[in-house]
Amino acid sequence: MSTPSQTVGPYLALGLPWADGPTVVEEGTPGAVWIRGVVYDGAGTPVPDGLIETWQADAHGRFDHPDDPRGAQPGFRGFGRCPTTDDGEYGILTVVPGALPGEAPHINVSVFARGLLHRVVTRIYFPENTAANAADPVLAAVPAERRDTLVARKSEDGYTFDVRLQGEGETVFFDV
Amino acid sequence: MTALSESGLILPRYRRDPEGTHPPLDSPGYKSTGLRHPKQPLVLLPHKLTEITGPLLGPGRLGELDNDLTKQHPEEPQGQRIIVHGRLLDGDGRPVPNSLVEIWQANAGGRYKHVWDNWPCPVDPHFDGVGRTITDNEGRYEFTTIKPGAYPWKNHDNAWRPAHIHFSVFGTAFTQRLVTQMYFPDDPLFSQDPIFNSVPDEKARNRMISRFDLSRTVPEWALAFEFDIVLRGREASVFENEEDE
Ligand SMILES: [Fe+2]
Repeated sequence: MSTPSQTVGPYLALGLPWADGPTVVEEGTPGAVWIRGVVYDGAGTPVPDGLIETWQADAHGRFDHPDDPRGAQPGFRGFGRCPTTDDGEYGILTVVPGALPGEAPHINVSVFARGLLHRVVTRIYFPENTAANAADPVLAAVPAERRDTLVARKSEDGYTFDVRLQGEGETVFFDV
Repeated sequence: MTALSESGLILPRYRRDPEGTHPPLDSPGYKSTGLRHPKQPLVLLPHKLTEITGPLLGPGRLGELDNDLTKQHPEEPQGQRIIVHGRLLDGDGRPVPNSLVEIWQANAGGRYKHVWDNWPCPVDPHFDGVGRTITDNEGRYEFTTIKPGAYPWKNHDNAWRPAHIHFSVFGTAFTQRLVTQMYFPDDPLFSQDPIFNSVPDEKARNRMISRFDLSRTVPEWALAFEFDIVLRGREASVFENEEDE
């Protein structure tokens, strides 16, 4: 029987951030992009005591993990972690993942914060993959009018992906 | 144990926890949930490659004294020295070895070393309240620390958090990621704490309470508490007609 989840509380910044957390790949890696965004609450106020975690395949759609039946592809950490700033901002330096069998390229995202008794989970998709996104079974299960909350926007140095926890434009969250 | 997905890959699937295991995101007793819980229904996420894999974070993440919070400064912190130990298990009782465990906590008086925490309780210059370790081959972990104090938090009139240690664990799959809090036995503050009580199922709630462990106390040195953390297990079996969409 599983241990219940509890909130990270307001002082998560003591225990969870790592110096290299935001850099899934090193600065200067070919193809590296910054995914940046702001986490907002239901009043549209930035969340200054949150944490974003990302998990993704490498640029070829592979994981460094023994449970991947295609075999582990060593060397790619795949994991990013960034606390939000006083302005609710986060940034993750990574590469765009490759497509997975039957799925469009995506990054899984966990959001932790004071006031979240359990993480909420969402996904980042990429705007250039119009055809792959249209065929993606997870996106297809999301009400059409809310799908765009899962698609990042192009920015100067990568992509923008904001998270709206509640209300107008609420991000789609998944039951994992 | 496994399922053939649409893509033809054989993938494990993780059991969904019974209703009442985890707190509802909308828990009005805990005021901060008010503007932070999603109001739209969650969309069911099938377990595919990104969900059944997860970060495997090993010893590279650790400093030498990360598992002894009483030795991170030249002098020792104030407070009751304790050993906190236990096992990281999956839902089938199997140990999760070589897995990162992160903790953070208040000092003996209940104050965090954080700029936003400024209630009138002294900071302990000899205590950061942050620890990390890796489970061993049997899924065991152990920290030496001091017992954290309770602290006031303004959620309701005269609100106090029961003493607790924040825990963060990964397991081996994205589906298993868990952040929780470990409590201490018989805390008189449980009854008024909306965070502890946000877990609907009483048995599940009690799984967050550590056990005083006389056998692991160290004479003339430290008390001990045992806290096992159980992550989601895999599906026991899958039938043809339960295949992924
Ligand atoms: Fe706390």
